[in-house]
Amino acid sequence: MDGIELRELVPRVLSVLVRRGAGFATAEDAVQEALIKALSAWEREAPADPTGWLVTVAWRSFLDMTRSATARRDREVRFDAEPPAGAVPSVDDTLGLYFLCAHPDLSSSSAVALTLRAVGGLTTRQIAQAYLVPEATMAQRISRAKRTVSEAGVEGPGDVRTVMRILYLVFNEGYSGDIDLAAEAIRLTRQLAATLDDPEVQGLLALMLLHHARRRSRTRADGSIVPLAEQDRDQWDTELIAEGIDIAQAALARDQLGQYQAQAAIAALHADATRVEETDWVQIVEWYDELLRFADTPIVRLNRAVAVGEADGAPAGLAALTEIDGDVLRRDAVAAYLHERNGDLELAARLYAVAARNAPNLAERDHQTRQAARLNELLQRR
Amino acid sequence: MAKYLLLKHYRGAPAPKNDIPMGEWKPAEVDAHIKFMNDFAEQLERNGEFVDAQALSPDGVWVRYDGEGKAPVTDGPFAETKDLIAGWMVIDVDSHDRALELAAQLSAAPGANGEPIHEWLEVRPFMNERPNVTD
Repeated sequence: MDGIELRELVPRVLSVLVRRGAGFATAEDAVQEALIKALSAWEREAPADPTGWLVTVAWRSFLDMTRSATARRDREVRFDAEPPAGAVPSVDDTLGLYFLCAHPDLSSSSAVALTLRAVGGLTTRQIAQAYLVPEATMAQRISRAKRTVSEAGVEGPGDVRTVMRILYLVFNEGYSGDIDLAAEAIRLTRQLAATLDDPEVQGLLALMLLHHARRRSRTRADGSIVPLAEQDRDQWDTELIAEGIDIAQAALARDQLGQYQAQAAIAALHADATRVEETDWVQIVEWYDELLRFADTPIVRLNRAVAVGEADGAPAGLAALTEIDGDVLRRDAVAAYLHERNGDLELAARLYAVAARNAPNLAERDHQTRQAARLNELLQRR
Repeated sequence: MAKYLLLKHYRGAPAPKNDIPMGEWKPAEVDAHIKFMNDFAEQLERNGEFVDAQALSPDGVWVRYDGEGKAPVTDGPFAETKDLIAGWMVIDVDSHDRALELAAQLSAAPGANGEPIHEWLEVRPFMNERPNVTD
């Protein structure tokens, strides 16, 4: 049994404990303890009934925790360690767990951490490593999140849009440490899509698959960025692309468009082009116009300006750029690219240098610095 | 072992010998510089001397408390003359000399025309000498 199979059992075991009457916060701690025990005890051989094993061990942990908590309360005459009975969240299935962990009262970082632990079955240490924070910090973030959820309680079925936003945040974190967060986000979104019939969830899953399919071609071995136009398309994962396109088309056929489906449609159009010259930019612009109806953000407008530049020429792209504020992240990079396409190499070189200065990470800074250097060399040769 | 912070400045350090802004280098020179920096960090890891490395955005502000119930006071972005840290590397090494040696190696990163930049780096020992318990 590998780590992923084990992780899949975690939300189920947690649901069993909650159904038996355990409070969510303590039950979740108990399942985490059982998970950590399983990771070492099962290293050589998994038990015949893994779920049964986990339920038994987790329940024993839960009883221990409850007993010691009761004893402490009796000693200290404290009654605030447990939430009032009426506010105890009822979680009876995995879908409920998704909603609970993406509770609207939680900050994004708390919801991400809680989702990865309670639904994803990751250990606190793995989550801490993935987000490059000390394990104690992550443990505190998770226990505070559980307190917030317990105090706020759960009414109604929860908001699937929040769940999707949290899963997409995890996906975009990529990978650092030994946990591939993008793959984990795909697994959790797949599981959500199997539980909940919603074209937007299908759209999100398709979007993730289509982006993930191109991952290998996006960076070189030394970590440097390869722009879409220069990617080696033979490296794209055609199976993932086929699956992503199928899911996106099935979702779109239901005629309930949303932002993730629109983004998936754009990703599908890129994935469909075997050479960059074959990209259907006109249709991509149309999809960006659709996307704007659901998510009118500077980032969407910026990406749209790039697409307009490809579909209708650089001047049209530059015109689309004028409606975007100067301080929007990566605007200088897009402006530099469009001015280069427009033949104004000196301005483009200056803008690439500005883009390098304002880059949000080292890989992008290095990339923009290289672009500036490339143009300056061209200009000197003239 | 002792920990040292190697500080790199955007501004505020004495001018390096090879002081041409990176945007004006040739592409091959940019590549060589980036490769040198990556290799340096990897070598430190292999030596067992690497602790941490981070780069900082040039954007930043001063901020201070302005009294109960008031929003924090900010001042910035930093004036052009202000000392500005670009990033750091934390190393864990056997001696002060070794810290200086490594900083000098880092300062030899290639820049324009493939020549070392001779960039000035600030070397700061951590205040984590064990307390004296033998009195």
